[in-house]
Amino acid sequence: MDAILLQLLNGLDKGSAYALIALGLTLIFGTLGVVNFAHGALFMIGAFCAVTLQRLLSLSYTVIDPEKKDFLGNPLEIKIPYVEKWFGEAAGQTIIDWSVPLAVLFAIPIMLFIGFAMERGLIKHFYKRPHADQILVTFGLAIVLQEIVKYFFGANPIPTPAPEAFRGSFDFGVLLGFDPNVIIYPYWRMIYFAFAMVIIGAVFAFLQFTTFGMVVRAGMADRETVGLLGIDIDKRFTLMFGLAAAVAGLAGVMYTPINSPNYHMGMDFLVLSFVVVVVGGMGSLPGAVLAGFLLGILESFASMNQIKSILPGIDQIIIYLVAIIILLTRPRGLMGRRGVMEE
Amino acid sequence: MLGLNRRDTITLIIVATLALCAPFILNPFPENSSLAQFNAGYPDLMQRFVIFGIFAIGFNILFGLTGYLSFGHAAFLGVGSYSAVWMFKLLSMNVIPAIILSVIIAGLFSLLIGYISLRRSGIYFSILTLAFAQMSFNLAYSVLTPITNGETGLQVTLSDPRIIGQTATADGSIPVTNLFGLEMRATHVMDIGPWAFQFNTGYYLCAILMLLAFYLSVRLFRSPFGMMLRAVKSNQNRMNYTGLNTRPYTLAAFVISGMYAGLAGGLLASMDPLAGAERMQWTASGEVVLMTILGGAGTLLGPVLGAGFIKYFENIFSKINDNVLHTWFAVLPDGMEDALVFIVHPFVGKGWHLTLGLLFMLVVIFLPGGLIEGGQRIGRLFKRKRTKNDDHASARQTSPAE
Repeated sequence: MDAILLQLLNGLDKGSAYALIALGLTLIFGTLGVVNFAHGALFMIGAFCAVTLQRLLSLSYTVIDPEKKDFLGNPLEIKIPYVEKWFGEAAGQTIIDWSVPLAVLFAIPIMLFIGFAMERGLIKHFYKRPHADQILVTFGLAIVLQEIVKYFFGANPIPTPAPEAFRGSFDFGVLLGFDPNVIIYPYWRMIYFAFAMVIIGAVFAFLQFTTFGMVVRAGMADRETVGLLGIDIDKRFTLMFGLAAAVAGLAGVMYTPINSPNYHMGMDFLVLSFVVVVVGGMGSLPGAVLAGFLLGILESFASMNQIKSILPGIDQIIIYLVAIIILLTRPRGLMGRRGVMEE
Repeated sequence: MLGLNRRDTITLIIVATLALCAPFILNPFPENSSLAQFNAGYPDLMQRFVIFGIFAIGFNILFGLTGYLSFGHAAFLGVGSYSAVWMFKLLSMNVIPAIILSVIIAGLFSLLIGYISLRRSGIYFSILTLAFAQMSFNLAYSVLTPITNGETGLQVTLSDPRIIGQTATADGSIPVTNLFGLEMRATHVMDIGPWAFQFNTGYYLCAILMLLAFYLSVRLFRSPFGMMLRAVKSNQNRMNYTGLNTRPYTLAAFVISGMYAGLAGGLLASMDPLAGAERMQWTASGEVVLMTILGGAGTLLGPVLGAGFIKYFENIFSKINDNVLHTWFAVLPDGMEDALVFIVHPFVGKGWHLTLGLLFMLVVIFLPGGLIEGGQRIGRLFKRKRTKNDDHASARQTSPAE
């Protein structure tokens, strides 16, 4: 029982990441009809927004401290971040410590801008081209973005810790009457899950309850008619692309404390998130979220030792296996709609 | 000749000449000159050119003719490599049984995957093949360790049985791969003045197999079967409405291209008898897609060209470092030299992927037909000029992009 609960919890944060990326992918699929292989790269750029902010905040100047000497007797050089100079030592440290949550604010305009630029500059010209072309050009773009990040940040993972206040774990076991330290869950993962829920909720509310969302949904159903009604659907679609990019970027920002960002994290997540989208059903937002959590949780269950002893290696292939089975039995995915990407 | 029309025969002869004279063509610079780093005429790289050429030719039979974009072809390459190495371990170091086995196993494997994946089309097909390939990669990497030797990769060792051949050579080392005694790595170096041309047995074996593969693919393109595949690409629904079951045709194309991939994998292992799981990763599948598109999908020559181009980039561009750049721009004044090096630096050496990605985007955006179409456009430009000079333009011929 406790093991099952633990895996359920473990699956949530992976599921959150899958769901967020798949949500953005599906927004682009469903609204624009574009297969975006650069979506993983957007996730990665989001993560590197956090890295950049961390670096910016810890920019420091060197002072020679005459009172402290190292063991050779030379005066010690110490680095003092500018933020400490401006805000005082304690406040400065706190600001650096909170760089990841702060990066959320920092990342939103950047990701929106990148999304707009991508749609206007590249994707716009590919609406009428075959899906294969879209896949190929965005694949090329993903390589380029990845290499640019690698050039500036190097190939090694860069640690970006969560704020001090959120390190450590919450003991669920005690809450439910188990022994302490049986079911523990790191605070940051709880925050990640909550964050994912908020973003998902916001996207749904935005599409469901605003006029803008209504128009976009109408545009998804029939682009030409909406255009004939005198609505500038192109502009709205650009905004949708920016929104999808922002969702991916924010997912990346908040993911950094869980796994240190490196330049190929986007590609690693990309394949999985495509599988998630297909399992959920192309163009279906609830499907993407559902499938994201489902596959995340399934993956963590498959990595349990009891299951691995029966079916060795199942944790490595479970997602693909599920995807293959679902694609063959329910061709449209779990909640897919008729007529999306079927030609 | 050989059942081909005149144009195809000429193409085949050009390819054959290029392949057989590659040691000369790829070695245009004297050995000690500063341009020698652009020489690609060494056995390792030449083998890669033709082996990946085979891979891309095979991929093109599926993607170029039927339009099914598979993102899982690296799996067949990997399976081919593994089966070849197993043949080296069990039977003998002769490459013939290894190559035959790798083609057969890759064919069976692709039959299985194709049978399942081809139930869906379009993007679903791509994702299905991707899922299968990632699954095989993960299996090879961890679960099937007794067969694939996990992350270390499969290698030949001194303790292998090698029933027909010898287990170890007289001086106690592992025998090398050979073709009935002719060692794959045997290289004859021909010195002409400052040039050194290398003739490698393994390369010629691969080149001849590549020519065979190319010839087969030409025959396939021109056959009724090829026509059928093109019809599937242009409108599968219409084909189905006429009462024709397209599945066997697409499946056959899938299996054939899988066997080509297996052959390429087997050859890779024959040149260097080891096989690793990373050969099966989806980025490796992406690479063959890049090759085919870059050269021109659906054309005969395109995939070979694309494969050569990318492999050349990978091996030559990645060797250019800052020192080399400084020697290039040494003529310029100091400030300009540094500035130019600074600008070029991210695109070469370790950053060659950036150039590749950019190039690839440019090709997809502006030249959907790939390098072949680019060549044709240039050719047409010249032709138009000439016809103008000829006073009267004869009826301008439009030919399909091949």
